[in-house]
Amino acid sequence: MTQKSEAHALAKRQREISISEFFTKNRHLLGFDKPTRALLMAVKEAVDNSLDACDETKNLPEIRVDIKKLSEDRFRLIIEDNGPGIVKSQIPKIFGKLLYGSKFHTLKQNRGQQGIGISAVVLYSQLTTGKPTKIISKISPNKLAHYYEVQIDTQKNEPKIVGEKTIEWQKDSGTKLEIELEAKYQKGKQSVDEYLKQTAVANPHAEIIYINPLKEREKYERVVNEFPKKPVEIKPHPYGVELGNLMWMLESTKARTLQSFLTTDFSRVGSGTAKEICKKAGLSVNKKPRDITPDESNKIIKSIKEIKIISPPTDCLSPIGSETLEKSMKKEFDAEYYVTNTRKPSVYRGFPFIIEVGLAYGGNLSKEEQAKVIRFANRVPLLFQQKAGSIYESVTSTNWKPYGLNQSGNNIPVGPLVIIIHLASVWPPFTSEAKDALAHYDEIIKEMKLAIQECGRKLGIYVRKNIKAKEQKERVSLFENYIPELARTISNLAEVNEKTTENKLKRILKENMKNILEDEKETR
Amino acid sequence: MKKKQDKPKEELKKLGKQLFCQINKGKNPELTFTLRGLSNVIFDHKLKSLRLGDKKSTRNFFNLAHAKKFLQTLEVASVSKNLIKEGKHASLRDAFYQIKRTIPNTKTNVVDEQSESDKAIEDLEVITGLAREQLHFNANKNGSVAGKVVILDKGDTIDWSKLGSGGWSVPSNVEDIKFKKVNAKYILYMEKAAVWERLHEDKFWDKQKCIIMSSQGQTTRGIRRLLQRLSEEHNLPIYVLTDFDPWGFYIYSVIKYGSISLAHLGSKMTIPTVKFLGITGQDIENYKLEKHLIKLNDKDVNRMKQIMNYEWFKDNKKWQEQFKLMKRLKAKAEIQALSSRGISFISDKYLPEKINKKDFID
Repeated sequence: MTQKSEAHALAKRQREISISEFFTKNRHLLGFDKPTRALLMAVKEAVDNSLDACDETKNLPEIRVDIKKLSEDRFRLIIEDNGPGIVKSQIPKIFGKLLYGSKFHTLKQNRGQQGIGISAVVLYSQLTTGKPTKIISKISPNKLAHYYEVQIDTQKNEPKIVGEKTIEWQKDSGTKLEIELEAKYQKGKQSVDEYLKQTAVANPHAEIIYINPLKEREKYERVVNEFPKKPVEIKPHPYGVELGNLMWMLESTKARTLQSFLTTDFSRVGSGTAKEICKKAGLSVNKKPRDITPDESNKIIKSIKEIKIISPPTDCLSPIGSETLEKSMKKEFDAEYYVTNTRKPSVYRGFPFIIEVGLAYGGNLSKEEQAKVIRFANRVPLLFQQKAGSIYESVTSTNWKPYGLNQSGNNIPVGPLVIIIHLASVWPPFTSEAKDALAHYDEIIKEMKLAIQECGRKLGIYVRKNIKAKEQKERVSLFENYIPELARTISNLAEVNEKTTENKLKRILKENMKNILEDEKETR
Repeated sequence: MKKKQDKPKEELKKLGKQLFCQINKGKNPELTFTLRGLSNVIFDHKLKSLRLGDKKSTRNFFNLAHAKKFLQTLEVASVSKNLIKEGKHASLRDAFYQIKRTIPNTKTNVVDEQSESDKAIEDLEVITGLAREQLHFNANKNGSVAGKVVILDKGDTIDWSKLGSGGWSVPSNVEDIKFKKVNAKYILYMEKAAVWERLHEDKFWDKQKCIIMSSQGQTTRGIRRLLQRLSEEHNLPIYVLTDFDPWGFYIYSVIKYGSISLAHLGSKMTIPTVKFLGITGQDIENYKLEKHLIKLNDKDVNRMKQIMNYEWFKDNKKWQEQFKLMKRLKAKAEIQALSSRGISFISDKYLPEKINKKDFID
């Protein structure tokens, strides 16, 4: 066979790979690499979507998660919310088409950016069990609910509707999913149980009912009835834009000139700033965005970096709020002291963000173990890769000893402590595709450390005051208990009355209490 | 007998009175005593023995760091008083159980381990200036003696030459023993009970007109006091036989100069006239023991370095020579290595030869 015909033959075999096909062969990229993680990923996608949807329409969320064990490695997951529901035409696409969604291209604080999408769960279910996903959705009390059974055509990456009907559903609005998948259930730090517990902490306006495969029922009550401030979508800030992104924006903009593109598609760019950018890049303000070459785009990026542009607006963020976080922690952790801090907004790479920290101390928390560190990005718990992220770094590089905790070197402090750190941002920077840990931006670490220190100082004051009082009480009772023993021995030696000796010792303790307790070190 | 017991009784009462007096005046009860421990142990060149220096230490009851130890010391004092009153003696283990109990309303025990009550007894010794035996606390008896000696012990007459294969076992308290007849030229003290048995079987004490004495390992207080009394009251020289290793040298050192842990007893226990008979570095060559050496391990080497720098060894040429030899050989030798030359080589040849030649180290 000649070389040419070989190439032809090869060409015949070369074809476009559908995204679903690709993920079929690379399921680990979806976060389903381990059976234990599969269950968590499925719950996470569904619950994050439910919470986002409820936030969107201001329904106080009521979410029910029910996991049924069908066999050793097969589970049925039923997740139901009281959200706005999904319009009929969107249902198959949302569940049956990979990478279909509205959240990826927006700069708005939400949860869903953090996963690959619920359709990935549908695909995983289909790959491991062959079963379609069942969806019930209702958008208004006056209408019937839609019932769908959906699969994915993996070659085309298009939804395949297996069943469809309208049904009665006793609910004003909402969505219910039923998914069967191959998985493994376990308890512990990286379990569904832990994920939902933490989700409840970060979403105190939600009520979550969870029935695990062991049929244990957990109800996370709503702590606050106020709705979190609705996050606003913002346009990208020039400092945060990268070449590929800029080129895509130039391609898809409605603006006719470079100047109007810069002023309308970015935040904080007025005509003056836009002119300056163009001038520095050596480009005409009237150039058509579509005509700009990659080389010229690069020049624009360069000139943006040289110009001082005011920070992006930060009213787009929705933190939990320090008061609410404290209430939430009080409900979830049996401690004796709570302190929280919500920082002012700050900016990294043109993206606004807010750091919140909460500490719970003492009570029934374990004294001998390392503090529990709970990490959130946009109210979503991060359960994996603790050590890889900036939260870990900011906790371990803080000196906890002044706050009354033990700490050996640069480690997590040891003591009865829970540390919660939340980053709210329009674009949380993750270290990797798996979105398990937050990247190490100096601005972010600095804010985290400032928030920790603010809380830590208050904790330190509490610990010193209370531990000191407790220790003093213990000391007094120690002496009180020793006195009769000592009185007995001395009276035996000196041949005097035991009760007299005892009473005299008691009086010494009473009269010199202050000296005895405070001059401890000097009397040595 | 009665008189001897009056002093300890009075001392303990005095201690109680002192404390009661302080309490009566509304003062924080306080015990002052000479500091024990390495920092306050000095070598008295005149007396040639270790003793405590002048550093004092104060312990107060109303001090969190002291309270428990304060109580422990008074507890053993109280137990001691009761023992003296009843004319009984308690072992250190007995004493531990006598004071061990949980303090009401707490989870704290007066003592948790015997080491604590032992320490409290030592503290009481320092505070009262009385020896443990005078306070009626006895250590385990440990050691054997044989020779042409007749003694009187609690009304019994005992002949050390007529006690079969075991010999007389030395009690922990030898204060009240009376020597009726002592027919010996010297005392041979050895580190190992097995060597003692060898010499006893060979009737070495009869042939050589001497007393042989041993305790397994470290020399007990009873043995040391017995050696001291025989040396002082009957003017007998004492020769020490140990292994050629740092631990053996230390046994000799303790008999001669005292030990750090008993420095508070000062010269009450030391015998400056004892001499070291062997095994010496030279013996190894002279008696052809080279093939029976054991390599020094790290612990041995460290111990050797410590001992060779002791004040009383540091400037002693003969001893430094021993350490140098040990260093060069990188080895130690047991007394029993002599058995390689014949089972009774030690009693027939080695010992008589060494004693005749006065081949000792001082």
